[in-house]
Amino acid sequence: MTVDWVYLLEITLSGIGAGALMAVTGVAFVLIYRVTRVVNLAIGETLMLGAYAFFGMTSILGWPVLVAVPLVIAGGVLFGAGLERTIIRPMLGQSPVSVFMVTIGIGSIIVGVVQLIWGIAPHRLIPIVSEKPVFLGPAYVSSKSIVSFTIAAAVIAFFLLVLRFWRGSLHLKATASDAGAAYSCGINVPRVYLLSWAVASAIACAAGILIGMVGGISPEMGVFGLSVLCVVIMGGLDSILGTLVVALLVGLIDAFAGSFLGGEFKQISTFTLLLLMLWVRPHGLFGTAEIDRL
Amino acid sequence: MTPAAKMNLAKATATHIGRELLYRRLLWGVSAVLFVAAPFLFSQYWLYWVCLIAINVVSATGLNILWGYTGLASLGHAAFMAVGAYSVALLDKHLGWSFLVTIPLGGFFAAAIGLLVAIPSLRVRGLYLAIATIAASVILQFIFSNWDAVTNGMKGLIVQPAQFAGVQLDQPRLLYWVIVPTTIVMVKMASNLFRTRVGRAFIAIRDRDISAELIGIPLFKYKLLSFGLSSFYAGVAGALWAYFFRVVTPESFPIETSIFFLAVLIVGGIGTIGGGIIGAAFMTLVPELLRIGLTALGPWMANSATIIPSVRIIVFGVLIVGFLRLEPQGLMELFGRLRRSFLKARVS
Amino acid sequence: MMIETQGQHSSQSILQIEGLCLRFGGIEALRKVSFSVAPGSITALIGPNGAGKTSLFNCISGLYKPFSGDILFEGSSIACVPPPDRAKLGLARSFQNIALFRGMTVLENIKLGRHAHMKSTMLDGLIYRGRAKREEEALSAEIDETIIDILHIRHVRDETVASLPYGLQKRVEIARAMAMKPKILLLDEPVAGMSREEREDIASLILELREKWRVTVLMVEHDMGLVMDISDHVVVLSFGRMIAEGRPEEIQQNPEVITAYLGSNAAGQLASLQSGERRS
Repeated sequence: MTVDWVYLLEITLSGIGAGALMAVTGVAFVLIYRVTRVVNLAIGETLMLGAYAFFGMTSILGWPVLVAVPLVIAGGVLFGAGLERTIIRPMLGQSPVSVFMVTIGIGSIIVGVVQLIWGIAPHRLIPIVSEKPVFLGPAYVSSKSIVSFTIAAAVIAFFLLVLRFWRGSLHLKATASDAGAAYSCGINVPRVYLLSWAVASAIACAAGILIGMVGGISPEMGVFGLSVLCVVIMGGLDSILGTLVVALLVGLIDAFAGSFLGGEFKQISTFTLLLLMLWVRPHGLFGTAEIDRL
Repeated sequence: MTPAAKMNLAKATATHIGRELLYRRLLWGVSAVLFVAAPFLFSQYWLYWVCLIAINVVSATGLNILWGYTGLASLGHAAFMAVGAYSVALLDKHLGWSFLVTIPLGGFFAAAIGLLVAIPSLRVRGLYLAIATIAASVILQFIFSNWDAVTNGMKGLIVQPAQFAGVQLDQPRLLYWVIVPTTIVMVKMASNLFRTRVGRAFIAIRDRDISAELIGIPLFKYKLLSFGLSSFYAGVAGALWAYFFRVVTPESFPIETSIFFLAVLIVGGIGTIGGGIIGAAFMTLVPELLRIGLTALGPWMANSATIIPSVRIIVFGVLIVGFLRLEPQGLMELFGRLRRSFLKARVS
Repeated sequence: MMIETQGQHSSQSILQIEGLCLRFGGIEALRKVSFSVAPGSITALIGPNGAGKTSLFNCISGLYKPFSGDILFEGSSIACVPPPDRAKLGLARSFQNIALFRGMTVLENIKLGRHAHMKSTMLDGLIYRGRAKREEEALSAEIDETIIDILHIRHVRDETVASLPYGLQKRVEIARAMAMKPKILLLDEPVAGMSREEREDIASLILELREKWRVTVLMVEHDMGLVMDISDHVVVLSFGRMIAEGRPEEIQQNPEVITAYLGSNAAGQLASLQSGERRS
């Protein structure tokens, strides 16, 4: 049997590309969890909101890309901050499951609004990057994928470095583990909470643009958030490195499963892996084990 | 207190208790009459909604047992309903058994699958458990969609109408007699359970599981029991659903259904039997009320009918967020407060 | 009405701690603690804060796994017995910070204490008429007659626990422990935060439990008056080590004990007791 190396290489590259997008989205999850101890399932829908906002600005209103992108990101910041202030902050102290359910509710609202405004049919984003194919060796890769991968990698690297080397990341950790104590040490806890949600939402919106660029947009895009949540949990809810490693792994596994078993097996492999991981090591590969319950 | 005053208080209390008892007996009487008379009084349209509400009440009660009373958040409830529905469809297709057998069997199969899912999932708790149940639900959906040989894949299965004494039960007016009594029995059983030892143990696990352990309650075993019972309820609800709609496909119980039942309990009042009933009634009727409202806006709004699904999703989300934020104990608590302030006003 | 209990008098110690060591990472919470509790006795476990008293209780309950050493209950080791089964054997416990089930009423909380000794299954519960109903009604009657009045909680019998003041909650907790048909009752600071009257009530209750119910009591306490008044035996812990044990009067005179307490409130209490002032 001759092995089609080129085919395998293309699957691998596709997997890495998908993984990078999952990792970027995962950063949003991790950021919110790390600081406010909330699992925000609405990140998937926030991502969709960003993609659709970009679509609205560029395809419908005809604004240039260089205007739309910063606007979408700014919108993401405002959206995240607004959510945190009006809904999440007042629920501080309630059980994590309750807050999780609230984010599910928020996600539903976003889906409905998107459907209302833009309808239920899928769309393509205007081409930001030329459609010329790029060849890495003998393997074909679209320039879209390369660009999205590069941007995703840059964002991930940025956050990895920032959280590793920035003094302020200690403040984030302190806020997460004991907000009261952090407050009394002079850390402006409300501001930290607000910032984390704002930044995370902005990242999600940006990721939405990237994903929309690669695969088009539809009101079903938010489901991607569920897969990413699985990835984040497997990597460790509070670890960006874990998210990155697992995202790449899962991207590869999904790509190979999809190619060799059939497209419908892509998603299922992620969930099966999650169940296995929860069984063996609930706090994920790189996460800190919670002694008290979540 | 003077003896005379004491006597008066005793008399007043006795009258009050007597009145309470009379009031309750009256309520039972009226309910019983209504229950028997309804299929003869109301149209198929209303009976359709009564049946659908009843089915949702069974399912919601099951989720309440697991989440409201035992404190185990599960987002995979729809998948267990699907197991019940598919069991009925398959038993009907291959064996042609009566609904009297297939409905309980649907419950048992769902309970079995529920235990299978629970055993690994219960190794984690809280939020992780909820996510594990989502994953399990997705996997089950996958099996339903792709195990073509058994489930007929995306095309789904058709269910022949339930039969009793030669009569085909193919309309709401007739299915009423299967669905509503089943619902009443299932709800009564749940209500019974929480007056007894095992039910109390569930609540103890929810409130403070370490103390529960120290009292002598083996946690894992009881959590499994709760999961199994809850899945049984979901399976029975799914079985009733199958006989009601007579078609079972992988799209019949999507993850949105699990979110629907989440909303039912959040809106109705989690942890109370009444909450499951009120929540189910309310949330089942909301889409229909929306439809009526939006269609009525037809003359003024061009595409009012097409936006119904989107508005429905938004309303669900708003209800979930709104109630969790403002009234986490649901309508039961709201009504309770209203009733208390009403009574206070009457006394003063 | 016969008070159901499993208490018994025997010469064998009911609870024996042997060389118990407990570690949290690098911290040694308990260092080779050994003592025994005589059946039917009231033993007080005292010591300054952080001495390891609650940790010791947690080991006995099964919440912590000791690093080494053994715990013997009625002669057999319970080191490998999981917590729910220890309850069945007759080990009941109350907590410092109240561990009641907030969503339930007082009566329901107390009924839960009897859980391990009840028989009705989930199926019985779903049907209710029959075994479950009989069991419930018999239990309610028994609790009403034996436990509720002893603890003066009749007036809150059907109230939700969350709405009760601290003192009452503590009593409900003791009531629940009593429903467990205990052979030994582990009380963690039973009178903390109570008024003088309430303290005396609890003191006489503990004595009554020992007399009528034949229950052994092991209690962690800071209130030296209570300790001196009702305990037969005192064990003193300091920094995870047992530094003295014996009759209350002996412990009072023990120089090591006084040193361990120097500077704390209790030292003053001990000193004043030593000089002959008696608490009324």
